[in-house]
Amino acid sequence: MACQEGGRGAHCGPDICAVFGYRRRMQSIISVSNLSKTYDSGFQALNGVDLEVRKGEIFALLGPNGAGKTTLISIICGLVNRSGGAVAVDGHDILTDYRAARALIGLVPQELTTDAFETVWATVSFTRGLFGKPADPAHIEKVLRTLSLWDKRDDKIVALSGGMKRRLLIAKALSHEPRILFLDEPTAGVDVELRRDMWEMVRGLKSSGVTIILTTHYIEEAEEMADRVGVISEGRIILVEEKAELMRKLGRKQLTLQLKEPLGALPQSLAEYELSLSEDGLALTYDYDTRADRTGITRLLRALDGAGIRFTDLDTRQSTLEEIFVDLVRNDR
Amino acid sequence: MNHRAIWAIYRQEMARAFRTVLQSIVSPVISTSLYFVVFGAAIGSRIQEIGGVSYGAFIVPGLIMLSLLTHSISNASFGIYFPKFTGTIYEILSAPVSHLEIVVAYVGAAATKSMILGAIILATATLFVPLRIEHPLVMVLFLVLTACTFSLFGFIIGIWADGFEKLQLVPLLIITPLTFLGGSFYSIDMLPPFWRSVTLFNPVLYLVSGFRWSFYGDADVGVWVSLTMTLIFLAVCLGIVSWIFRTGYRLKS
Repeated sequence: MACQEGGRGAHCGPDICAVFGYRRRMQSIISVSNLSKTYDSGFQALNGVDLEVRKGEIFALLGPNGAGKTTLISIICGLVNRSGGAVAVDGHDILTDYRAARALIGLVPQELTTDAFETVWATVSFTRGLFGKPADPAHIEKVLRTLSLWDKRDDKIVALSGGMKRRLLIAKALSHEPRILFLDEPTAGVDVELRRDMWEMVRGLKSSGVTIILTTHYIEEAEEMADRVGVISEGRIILVEEKAELMRKLGRKQLTLQLKEPLGALPQSLAEYELSLSEDGLALTYDYDTRADRTGITRLLRALDGAGIRFTDLDTRQSTLEEIFVDLVRNDR
Repeated sequence: MNHRAIWAIYRQEMARAFRTVLQSIVSPVISTSLYFVVFGAAIGSRIQEIGGVSYGAFIVPGLIMLSLLTHSISNASFGIYFPKFTGTIYEILSAPVSHLEIVVAYVGAAATKSMILGAIILATATLFVPLRIEHPLVMVLFLVLTACTFSLFGFIIGIWADGFEKLQLVPLLIITPLTFLGGSFYSIDMLPPFWRSVTLFNPVLYLVSGFRWSFYGDADVGVWVSLTMTLIFLAVCLGIVSWIFRTGYRLKS
C-alpha cells in the first residue's frame, strides 16, 4: 500500500515497488514531484509536494486556509510560476509541453471572476475558442442546459446571481471538453440545493471519464464526492488516502466521563477497554468507532458500575477535521 | 499555432469596441472635427500656407497621428488591464495559448480599432479641407506601423499599470505633450533653432513627419529617418513585451 499511496515512506520491497510504481504511472494523470513555491514576499506556499492523481478519480484536496491548495492548483494550471520541482499532466510537462497539458484541463476558480457585459453564450463560446476547439453550438447548448443556464444564454453576465455565475464558470471550464476538471472551492457560499446539483453534475462527469480535483474545507463535501482524499498543510501533502480509510479515522469518537472520586489507577477489570485516565484522576476517556457494529459503550458503563466507579457527567465528541489536520501535522514533524 | 484562440480574443476585443461604439468611434470623430473648426478654419485662415499646403490641410496628418497614438495606447492598455483588474486573465493564462498569440490578438485588435479610427478621421477631414495623398502605400505603411507600435506600447502600459490612475498617467503626461510638441500642428522650421534641436529628440516628430511626407511629399525630416525611428521604437516595444512574458512580470507571481 505504501508505495501506491502518495509515495510517502515506501516500506515495500524494491520489486513490488517497481511493479506498483509502474502501475501508478500507468494510472496517474497528474504527477507532481517535489514541487515548491516561494512567493516574492518570502512566503513559502509549497514545500516539496509529491502527488499522483489517478485517471478518472475524484480527488479531494483538503486543508485549512492558507495551506497551499490554491497555489498548487494555480501552478498546475499555469497561473503561478513554480520555484522548483516538476508537474506532468498526462505525461506532458506543464512548462515544456504546456499546450498539450493545458488543453486537457478545465479550471473553475475560487473567486467569481467574470466579465460583466458579455452574454452567457458569448463568454462560454469564447473559452472554447481560447482552448483551440472549433465552434460547437450543440456542445455549448448541452453544457448550458446541464447547468440550467440555457434560459440565460442571451443575458449579460452582470445580470446573473452569484449561484448562476458559479455555474457559468463551470460551463466555461467544460466548454472545451476537458479531461481534467479543477474545482477550487466550488461550493463556497453556495446554497444547499445548488450544492446537491453540483455534486450530481460532478458524478456525471466522472462517469464520462473526467478526472476531477476539488479543493474544499468542508469534510461533507469530500465525504460525499471523493474517491481519494489528500490533506495539505503548511505547503506539504501530509496524507493521501482512500476516502473510506479517512472516514474510518474521522468516525472515531471520544467519550469522556467526569468521575466523582479521583482514581489512582485503572482497575484491572477495565484493562480490556481503550481507556485513558487524566492526570488528576478525575476524567476517563474512551475512544470508540461509531461505525463499528458495537461501540462497547453499554458494556463499559456496566463494567464501571461493577467496579464501583461513579461519575458526575459525561460527554461525547467527534474529532473535527481541523483536529485531524493538527494531529497529522504534529505527527509529521 | 492556436489560431482559434487568437481569433477568439480578437473577436472579443472587437465586440467590446462595438458595444461602446459611441466612446470608441463617435467621440474621436467629434473631437477631430472640433480641431478642424478651431485650428483649420478659425485660426488657420490667418496662418499662411506651409510649404505650399494650406494650414487646414497641413494639420490633417498630425491630427490623425494624434488620434492614432492615443487610441492605440488606450485601446491596448485597457484591453489587457481590464482582465487583470476583473481577474478573468486566469482564463488566458491557463489556456493553451503562447505569449506571441496573446500579443498578436490583443495588439492586433487594438491596432485594428485605431486604424479604423484613422480612416474615419481621414474621411472626416475631406469634408473640411481639400486633401491629396501623394504616396498612399507609404501612408498605409505608416498607419499600420504606428498603430501596431503604439498598441504594443499600450499593451506594456496595461500590464505595468496596477490601477486606473497609472493607466491614464502615461498617455496624459507623456504621449499627449509629445504629440503636441512633435510638429502635429506646425513645421519645426517655425521654431527657434534651439527648440528645433530639442524637438529632434521627440520620437513622435518622426511619425508625424513620415506620415505628412506620404501626403504632401515634403516633411521636417527625411522619410527614411522617420521609418527607421518607427521601426526602432517597434523593436524596443517587442523587446519589452517578450521580457514581460519571459518573467511573468505583473502577470504571474
